[in-house]
Amino acid sequence: MLTNPDIADDVIVPAAIGTSLPEGGEAGASGSLLRLVFEVFIQNKLAVVGVGVVIFMVLFCFVGPLIYHTDQVHVNLNQTTVAPNLHHLLGTDNVGYDEMGRLMLGGQTSLEVGLAAALLATTFGVLYGAVAAFLGGWMDNFMMRIVDAFLAIPSLFLLLFLATIFVPSVPLLIIVIAFIAWLVPARLIRGESLSLRTREYVQAVRVMGGGSRRIILRHIIPNAFGTIVVNATFQVADAILLVAYLSYLGLGIPPPAANWGQMLSDGVNYTFAGYWWLIWPVGALIVLTVVAFNFIGDAMRDALEVRLQRR
Amino acid sequence: MTGYLIRRVIQAGIVVVGVTIIVFILLHLLPGGPARAVLGQRATRVAIAAFNKEYGLNKPLPIQYITWVGQLLRGNLGFSFKLNQSVDSLLSENMPRTAVLVGISTLLAVLIGVTLGIWQAIRRNRIDDYVLTGWAFLFYAMPTFFLGLILIIIFSATLQWLPPTGPDGTVPLWDQATNLILPVATLTLVYVAFFSRYMRSSMLENMVQDYVRTARSKGAGGARVLFRHVLRNAVIPIITLLGLSLPGIISGALVTEALFNYPGMGLLFWNAAQQQDYPILLGVTLITGVATVLGSLVADVLYAAVDPRIRYA
Repeated sequence: MLTNPDIADDVIVPAAIGTSLPEGGEAGASGSLLRLVFEVFIQNKLAVVGVGVVIFMVLFCFVGPLIYHTDQVHVNLNQTTVAPNLHHLLGTDNVGYDEMGRLMLGGQTSLEVGLAAALLATTFGVLYGAVAAFLGGWMDNFMMRIVDAFLAIPSLFLLLFLATIFVPSVPLLIIVIAFIAWLVPARLIRGESLSLRTREYVQAVRVMGGGSRRIILRHIIPNAFGTIVVNATFQVADAILLVAYLSYLGLGIPPPAANWGQMLSDGVNYTFAGYWWLIWPVGALIVLTVVAFNFIGDAMRDALEVRLQRR
Repeated sequence: MTGYLIRRVIQAGIVVVGVTIIVFILLHLLPGGPARAVLGQRATRVAIAAFNKEYGLNKPLPIQYITWVGQLLRGNLGFSFKLNQSVDSLLSENMPRTAVLVGISTLLAVLIGVTLGIWQAIRRNRIDDYVLTGWAFLFYAMPTFFLGLILIIIFSATLQWLPPTGPDGTVPLWDQATNLILPVATLTLVYVAFFSRYMRSSMLENMVQDYVRTARSKGAGGARVLFRHVLRNAVIPIITLLGLSLPGIISGALVTEALFNYPGMGLLFWNAAQQQDYPILLGVTLITGVATVLGSLVADVLYAAVDPRIRYA
């Protein structure tokens, strides 16, 4: 099988240069990730801003309530739509919840759903794509036509449809969004695997007796890790937006729970009532968070492209 | 070219079949199956059994699927008992309006996006490039309804230039052209960012290619190289991108139609979702799925017509 004399060069060259990390053997997933993150920070100030914003959001939502105490359990109908003041830094909403405290609580849900859906979708999509690429032949064809068919249906239509069948709770919402979002990583990884599968080191593993499972899990997926992480970052941003759309369209998580999308779509009802504190702060938080994740993803993709070019 | 065309059409056909299978599965995923979807949650068992017998729903699934597809091919997409109207007549009313909204917005987004992308590539890493990139990220990250709301606040509430709702569909669209401006602007702005970012990087990628150096060494001037060589190569992938972005734009149209109360397919779907009017949900899902497959087929064929490398690959 290994009749190509050039292979020896290919193995030696990267090792001699010493920069191209995952070319040979088993790539340490954490190693390539750390390196990617490191390169991002060196090259791109926007990524630093993005990470800063994400850290701020996490602190605001999860640590904020420990410092800024509010009652988010009992409605207070004597104190509805109060303008911002010293007691309520961002006023109160239409049933008397403190808006600032509500932003923290709603942010927890939005971030949790965004991260969990992205993680679930990426994991499933990656496995699906890698398996399809590896099986090849008609199985690959069959599996990818399923992906194509799902991708053809506009995601919001499918999402609304599923939301009418399953009344969303937080875990269900995560699953439903992941069910729609796994298609893109599946396609990406399948493409990536097809090119990785023909690489010499994969053939070398095969010659040395490594089975398909070993090749997929220990060689193909770790080497596609950069692509996976970049895509997952965009997935988080998209998931947060999808939750917002679903809430705006009235098919999100039912009322006692809060999330940013729900709050923004509630605020939209008061556009002409002058309750600006119910619209702009939550709108700004959504946009900032989504922009931050996009910055990080973009910067990582740039870093990845630079690394690929150097290979 | 013919070979490529045939392969691509067959592939699209398979995907369309896939879409019908998905919709068929959704139909049976409904709580209580298709009978409950039509007769409602409180239907008696006898009524359901009678309905199942009448519509052949007691037969094996593959036979049901074939019967159902046969109905689809005859243009029978089902009947909305809630609106007392057939789904195909509802679609033929609403689909052209969505097509107008999506068509104009996509065209504008591509034209503006490509122009901005070229401008940004020429002026890369200068202040106007950064400002435009900043705006692109901002619009891209904004929920469509939020962006539309801001436009309504600025142009309807404050300046009072434009009406805050879309055309209501009772008169021909062009009689209410001013009503169409804000919905179109909303949908366009989101996708300008999408196309301009892609065009910018496509231009930059092409600027460092060998053929640029060749053209330069032959004495072609900067503007000539840029517009006769780089631009023509850089703009080709936009066609593919157009096909790929079609499902997203149609999703965006749903939110836009809901915000501006514009009676297109998205609004129809949204109202149906709130009332659990499943025949409409299934019909619209099917049609949008098929429409995007056809859209990307057209994009791919155009792409192959423009770029010979594709069809021989």
